[in-house]
Amino acid sequence: MPPQESTGQGAITVEHLTPELTRGLYRDMRTARDLDTEAIALQRQGVFPAYVSVRGQEAAQVGSASALDPTRDFVFPTYREMAAALAYGVEMVGYMATHRALWHGGLYDVMESRFGAINAVVGGPVPHAVGWALGERLRGDDGVAMAYFGDGASSEGDVHEAMNFAGVFTAPVIFFCQNNQWALSVPNERQVAGGSIAARAEGYGMTGVLVDGNDAGAVHTVTAEAVERARNGGGPTVIEALTYRVEPHSTSDDPGRYRDESDADRWRRRDPIDLLRAAMLEAGHADEEFFADVDAEAARRAEEIRDGVAAAPEPDGSELFTHVFRETTDELTRQHRTWQEEVEL
Amino acid sequence: MTELIERADTAVEPRTVELSMQQAINRALRVLLSEDPNVLVFGEDVGALGGVFRVTDGLQKEFGDQRVFDTPLAESAIMGMAVGLAMNGWRPVPELQFDGFAYPAVDQIVNQVARMNYRTRGAAPMPITLRLPSFGGIQAPEHHGESLEALFAHTPGLKVVAPSDPGEAYSLLLQSVRSDDPVVFMEPKARYWDRRPVQLSEPTDPIGTSRIVRPGRHATLVAWGAMVHKCVQVAELAAEDGVDLEVLDLRWLKPIDTAGLAASVSRTKRAVVVHEAPLTAGLGAEVATLVTENCFRELAAPVQRVTGFDVPYPAGPLEPQYLPTIDRVLLAVQRTLEY
Repeated sequence: MPPQESTGQGAITVEHLTPELTRGLYRDMRTARDLDTEAIALQRQGVFPAYVSVRGQEAAQVGSASALDPTRDFVFPTYREMAAALAYGVEMVGYMATHRALWHGGLYDVMESRFGAINAVVGGPVPHAVGWALGERLRGDDGVAMAYFGDGASSEGDVHEAMNFAGVFTAPVIFFCQNNQWALSVPNERQVAGGSIAARAEGYGMTGVLVDGNDAGAVHTVTAEAVERARNGGGPTVIEALTYRVEPHSTSDDPGRYRDESDADRWRRRDPIDLLRAAMLEAGHADEEFFADVDAEAARRAEEIRDGVAAAPEPDGSELFTHVFRETTDELTRQHRTWQEEVEL
Repeated sequence: MTELIERADTAVEPRTVELSMQQAINRALRVLLSEDPNVLVFGEDVGALGGVFRVTDGLQKEFGDQRVFDTPLAESAIMGMAVGLAMNGWRPVPELQFDGFAYPAVDQIVNQVARMNYRTRGAAPMPITLRLPSFGGIQAPEHHGESLEALFAHTPGLKVVAPSDPGEAYSLLLQSVRSDDPVVFMEPKARYWDRRPVQLSEPTDPIGTSRIVRPGRHATLVAWGAMVHKCVQVAELAAEDGVDLEVLDLRWLKPIDTAGLAASVSRTKRAVVVHEAPLTAGLGAEVATLVTENCFRELAAPVQRVTGFDVPYPAGPLEPQYLPTIDRVLLAVQRTLEY
């Protein structure tokens, strides 16, 4: 099924899921949406130099991250995975610090979070996920690595190399492509030869799945299946979650120069949070009181994170030199002294 | 497991055996695989074949295909996989088969391996040693004789070392792999088959120290890798004419032993730096600057550079004309003495 045709239905169903699960999905998606809105506001106020919105991709990110086990799995993100980080339990002030440009990789502890550093080389972390996954297999452990990337990154050689390695080593890794149909200004038809990233899985001898990326329950279900397969020695999976980047690429972008916003409007009407909410009401998973409570709680939490990141101290200049090496060098120590004498006044 | 962790192979007193460099590196890898169950050796053809230079000969048989294994042919993924393995507690020792094929992996080496400890504020160290058969001198096809040390030395977060003989290769590899920082270990393939009595000993000098291979009074020849041997030949010839040359093996190209370099040149008052890489923006420029900054008052002549030319690495018959020759080094010595 070519992704362009997989725009999904006007409604989704959650009948096959438990209320406990869908309530958690809704809470995280709602919180991510509010935090995203706060982040755009922080950029407008000059607190963030720039921001990359995840709006419209909450179902793809929360649906997939919620299928992982943060005590034994490991996530390798790129730079647009805020909702996945939130759902996975990453300390969010530390995560958002990267958007305030306090530290490139974020200020959360990547090893404790089991959520890799924010990485701006799209495709670059994908072979890391394969290496981590191979490391699990070699040790006889059962963790699963999750590599997030986008339709643009799917063109990178590293992604193809990583998929081939994963196939050869039967590595327990999930290649999760959020196809939001725009790599900055370049649409899918100029990016994805053959029209399907999921279809590439077959060539690497693994399962490929195309899923409606705006259907949180569907994303969760296919990811849980892939996790189960990987954990039990069944090897890697490619999941292509078809969604849409309804916002500009970043706050510095101007989509009016390259796309017709009527397409984006069509996707805005398939908002993943609205779809989930309607399906939960339909299935009797929650009532209006639940949504009122959760919406209020999400707004509060988003504000707390916003205030935390806005108030976070800037790193001390000496940190320029602290983490370059585990065992620093005489030359770097000398340069540190130069910095103290000539810069730190 | 404690028996494994014990440095059984090296716990004994240093002993002397006759080995080629490629055998000495093999011995060091055996020690490392034995002493640390987290060490993994992988790359193209390192398993059953034992590597195209036989450096990993017998290791897969001895340690199994979980510790020593072949990968598909993709340098970027080899280095990317090393990053993920390191994040999972392993100590990767990947091999990229030839210097020129490190270029496809430069993104992973420069953007990922070198920066991950920094990016994560020390949470995710990268104890990776990249073994890279390096430099020229074997009349190989294109991309099999490159000198990438300036590129890697210029990259913050990497350490770079180039051994010059079998004993050095043995102890420097032990030191590199045991280090928690990423190290590019540049093996001078022209010296792989050079057999000589080797003292297999634990590393004693700290990372970033040079060594005086041959003491002398009239000028210091600064070199690394295969050029050290060439400089010793030059010194022996010059000695016949009563010129007493010191040969300093820099060994570590990042960090460079500024103190050792300055101490030698302060004594001899003259320096000639010799490398295979092209001249412009090569590491010789760094050496010359360090000498000038630290020995300006003692210097009797400008630092001379004898290097490859600023041309793409040439094919076989032209290789001897590209690489620094004994005559070119002798001429540079003459220039510095007559200045």
